[in-house]
Amino acid sequence: MIGDKILLAHGDGGLLTHELISNLFLRHFENSILKTMSDAATLPLEIEKGRLVVTTDSFVIKPIFFPGGDIGKLAVCGTVNDLAVSGAVPRYLTASFILEEGLPLADLEKILTSMAEAARMAGVTIIAGDTKVVERGNADKIFVNTTGVGLVPEGVELGYHRVEEGDVVILNGNIGEHGLAVVSRREGLEFESDIISDCTCLNSITQDLLFQYKGIKLMRDPTRGGVATTVKEIALATNKDIFLFEDRIPISDEVRWAAEMLGLDPLYLANEGKFIAVVSPQEAPDIVAALRRLPQGQQASIIGEVKKGQGNVFLKTSLGATKLIDMLAGEQLPRIC
Amino acid sequence: MELLQRFKDPKLGQRILERLQQKISRPLNFMEVCGTHTVAISRSGIRELLKGKLRLKSGPGCPVCVTDTGDIDKMIGLARLPGVIVTTFGDMMRVPGSRSSLVQERANGDVRVVYSALDAVAIAEANPDKTVIFLGVGFETTVPAVALCLEEVVRKNLKNFLLYSAHKVVPPALETLLQDPEVKIDGFLLPGHVCTILGRKTFEFLSQKYNVPAVIGGFEPVDILAALDALVDMVAAGKAQVLNRYSRAVREEGNPLAQAIMQKYFDLVDVKWRGIGIIPRSGLKLKAEYARYDAEEQYLLEESTVEAVPGCSCGEILKGKMEPPECPLFAYICTPLKPVGPCMVSSEGACAAYYKYERRRSKN
Repeated sequence: MIGDKILLAHGDGGLLTHELISNLFLRHFENSILKTMSDAATLPLEIEKGRLVVTTDSFVIKPIFFPGGDIGKLAVCGTVNDLAVSGAVPRYLTASFILEEGLPLADLEKILTSMAEAARMAGVTIIAGDTKVVERGNADKIFVNTTGVGLVPEGVELGYHRVEEGDVVILNGNIGEHGLAVVSRREGLEFESDIISDCTCLNSITQDLLFQYKGIKLMRDPTRGGVATTVKEIALATNKDIFLFEDRIPISDEVRWAAEMLGLDPLYLANEGKFIAVVSPQEAPDIVAALRRLPQGQQASIIGEVKKGQGNVFLKTSLGATKLIDMLAGEQLPRIC
Repeated sequence: MELLQRFKDPKLGQRILERLQQKISRPLNFMEVCGTHTVAISRSGIRELLKGKLRLKSGPGCPVCVTDTGDIDKMIGLARLPGVIVTTFGDMMRVPGSRSSLVQERANGDVRVVYSALDAVAIAEANPDKTVIFLGVGFETTVPAVALCLEEVVRKNLKNFLLYSAHKVVPPALETLLQDPEVKIDGFLLPGHVCTILGRKTFEFLSQKYNVPAVIGGFEPVDILAALDALVDMVAAGKAQVLNRYSRAVREEGNPLAQAIMQKYFDLVDVKWRGIGIIPRSGLKLKAEYARYDAEEQYLLEESTVEAVPGCSCGEILKGKMEPPECPLFAYICTPLKPVGPCMVSSEGACAAYYKYERRRSKN
């Protein structure tokens, strides 16, 4: 391949585009469907039972490499997790790339490697894609869009309509790790920190749980906006109040101290390997116990309760006060002093 | 870390809280003079749990909130200059000036959020054909770091770095409040971070000249409750002293190195505080010998005459005469997404803290 950086010609449909696709994309994402290089992928799906679900998401992140992952891993895990918390078994992904002229090919290759690895771990196949190149300055290195297709097995039905008063809210582990891992590597804010992103695909856990526990009524992944925003969305959609207990929300000391130093509230920091589940109170202890046996669920905890109400979220502080929790209003900005 | 954990211990906090609830015989007005305290008090629920016993008022302790509209307008004027990169802390971006804000100006000019003044110096080095202006906003906690950057700029002989100094110092603001007969304060919770620089002794004028007790407090719930406990005891005993309950960070004389570098670069001048007015010798201006680094000296900046938005009570809130929910605009017209006044903009502003942590009901 000519040169070591992305050129505009890599996106013109000519020889360089062909080289880029065959030498990089096909090599990393090799599978029989993609290999046909057709205009559209034909999916060997037979849907007699269950339902087909589709989701799409675009990933823009700065920096593109961060402790615990990169934009490629994030693009696979993010879409797989959207399918997973919908109750689906993720099957196929498409991947579109907008590349900025000048992006080192080595960086692209690193990103494709981690996408392929994440897809393999999640058991999904990348079956179609697209590449565009824009002039230097017109994008921030690389943007990735992934679309995911999955199947919700018969008998699995998650939704706001199933949430009832008395249900409890479960979280599978420590909050805020992705958000702080990314912030810690932002330009101008590099500080000594061992915090790594929790970025991971959750479908193996969610599939097992849904198979075993019919009392799981709703799942959401608290990504941008964090746990607070996601729980508020659940409260609004169900028109019920949710009470969260500050001392039960799992958080590592590292995240707590770093967030305090920066003036950020961990409840609003992004997560990429976490899910919130609303479950029946009877099954909740077993679900937490089951989660705690898994590497991604060791800090799993019941963090709240659903009560009668009008879409409010309240946080019971460890001193015993009750605070109203809202969605994130604007971006969280580090404080001055 | 383990040491700090004790200051978060909810059981210890609850014990002090119960003691406080029992021993306060009449409602007292205490003022915290630090945005970080305001947020910590709101977030932990201390204000709510002591309601009816203590009124914890938020004073002029958020540097963004006390930056005058005229200063913001001048900053906006700088952002409109050709060939200029304006650098600022994130909190400043949305503060409304009389006609615009820096976030609006970013769409046309080059306005960048930085996390420290050092970042601005790096931007100046990377852009020798542009003039990089750092908007200096903050109290004694921030100023030494900015002075260190200036030291770097002078050493490297950087010719394209300017500072717009809206820095302020805390003690004169407390004096101004105490001279206002309408302001009723039974005691001060003094700003731990600022005291780290200035030391305990600097604040002795509060007890000696004004007979008002004050306690320097840290920022964990137990720190704050212990400081309030000491204030309550002093009021009950009719004693006025300045006590240090943040001795793990604050010394009698403060940090002499930080004080020295501030004095090397800055002179004390009379400046206007948003909502309060002119406070003598409360602003920090670059010394005449460093005028070549002073954005205000290098550009003729238009003085704005427009006053704050009608109805906005930030001034009264900063003086402790009103609490955020008493402002008619609070949470209806003025919200973090569409702030009218600076107390709602800054993450450390009293209105933002009340909006985020102390509203009674949500507007879905």
